[in-house]
Amino acid sequence: MSDLAVTAVTANGRNAPGKRAMPFAAVSASATAFIGDFFEWFGNLGIFFWRVLRAGLTPPYEWRELVRQLDEVGSKSLPLVALAGAAIGVVISLEARYSLSRFGAKSMFPATLVYSVIQVMGPIITGLVVSGRVGAGIGAELASMKVTEQIDAIEASAINPYRLLAATRILACILMLPLLTIAADACGLLTGWFAQALVEPLSFHQFVESGFKGATFNAFLPPTFKTMVYGLIIGLIACFQGMRTRGGAEGVGRAATNSVVLASLFLILADVVLVKFILVVFP
Amino acid sequence: MATAQSTSMLPDELVDSGRASVVAVEAVHKSFGAHKVLNGINLTVNRGETLAVLGRSGTGKSVLLRLIVGLDKPDSGSIRIGGEDIAGLTIDQLGGIRKKMGFLFQHAALYDSLSVADNVAFPLQHHSKELSKSERSDRVSQLLLEVGLDGNLDRMPSDISGGMQKRVGLARALALKPEILLLDEPTAGLDPISSREIDELILKLQKERQMASIVVTHDLFSAKTISNRLALLDQGNVVIEGSFEDLERSDIAFVKEFLKQ
Repeated sequence: MSDLAVTAVTANGRNAPGKRAMPFAAVSASATAFIGDFFEWFGNLGIFFWRVLRAGLTPPYEWRELVRQLDEVGSKSLPLVALAGAAIGVVISLEARYSLSRFGAKSMFPATLVYSVIQVMGPIITGLVVSGRVGAGIGAELASMKVTEQIDAIEASAINPYRLLAATRILACILMLPLLTIAADACGLLTGWFAQALVEPLSFHQFVESGFKGATFNAFLPPTFKTMVYGLIIGLIACFQGMRTRGGAEGVGRAATNSVVLASLFLILADVVLVKFILVVFP
Repeated sequence: MATAQSTSMLPDELVDSGRASVVAVEAVHKSFGAHKVLNGINLTVNRGETLAVLGRSGTGKSVLLRLIVGLDKPDSGSIRIGGEDIAGLTIDQLGGIRKKMGFLFQHAALYDSLSVADNVAFPLQHHSKELSKSERSDRVSQLLLEVGLDGNLDRMPSDISGGMQKRVGLARALALKPEILLLDEPTAGLDPISSREIDELILKLQKERQMASIVVTHDLFSAKTISNRLALLDQGNVVIEGSFEDLERSDIAFVKEFLKQ
């Protein structure tokens, strides 16, 4: 054991000669516990995903609940996503004009805006906005149902809660994210062009023609449809956090917070992999 | 005693032989971490019989009900429902058995985003798809009338009293015409008048439907009123099982102490 390990610390923070403490052992124990919890969490997430997959792929299908969730995730997120997309369009427009002017490449403005919004900012902003709104909502709703035994009541009524509650929500997220991304992209391009047009005359026709010149589907479809993976991450983590909640109101709050934080984190990490994947598969 | 119906979950030979144990709990152990809750418990409930399970708080009464309905799995031992061991069944396989069971949760566990009528209709929507909307609506009204809640169809669970919530929970538990009824503290938290009303309601339903029922309760008067047989639990096992008079005659110190309440 190192010298550090035999240094005792008293309550007031001073070393107490003659007493032995084991800070190294304590740190080691907490690190082991953390690693154990980390792998346990992923293991449980994997089991949860398998149960949801199995329940979701076998009949009876919960069409009515799926439609309700499509509305909840899609229609009700649309205003927020559109607003975020519009704001991003203006920001990129302002930044791009300034940077491109410095390098004498103002003619590149439409293409820069189009590619920045559709390939980069639109998908990730949509993912993060939906993660905040829908992830927290699903996490809190399911957690509240869990602590008040409503999920047990569903199961006791011979209804599979993985099918009714989780599969429908996850599928709704997967299906709605690309559509919301398209909406965010459209708003971003529109406000980006408008911000530019206020400073220098640029017709919308010119903007579109120049921005999409030489563009292929490969340039725009993969970044849009990669958001289905974001949808899977948001739905899966929010349902998982919600349905494993314990501990009353505090647990509900924790589930909602964890849903947003973890979904956003994994979404950004997944983006790293997805961008590389798209660059390799759709060059 | 009810006659065997074509939809019965019991095998015919079992019904014919008179050994109509609808629920059989055999040597069941259940622990949560280091805390041992049930310690080799044995219990049976027959068709048309009401068993009251009594005991101090934390002796595993509610856990026993959760094990019977399959919400938790026993560490060892077997739970047979209609002769079938439910231990190894998946959630979808359990569905067929759960359709024959009604469960009233301690706090009713009503779906707080659904109205009273929709709460009762919920199992029917999923399992009685052959019913038209109007037939389902009639069935919901009839169930609510049965539990004395006519005219409260559109109210939300948060807008009704605890006693009314229990009644709605009971109506929901009865929706699929169960052969087994599990009641977790049906009178807990209710005033004496509401408690008696719930007891009378349970008795009336038992008389009409002849279900096998297990009632977990702290309420001795309620247990005496609604049950044919009582089982007193302590430290995860059954201390005594029999009629209320059997309990009164018992020399076991714990039983005497419990009956003093």
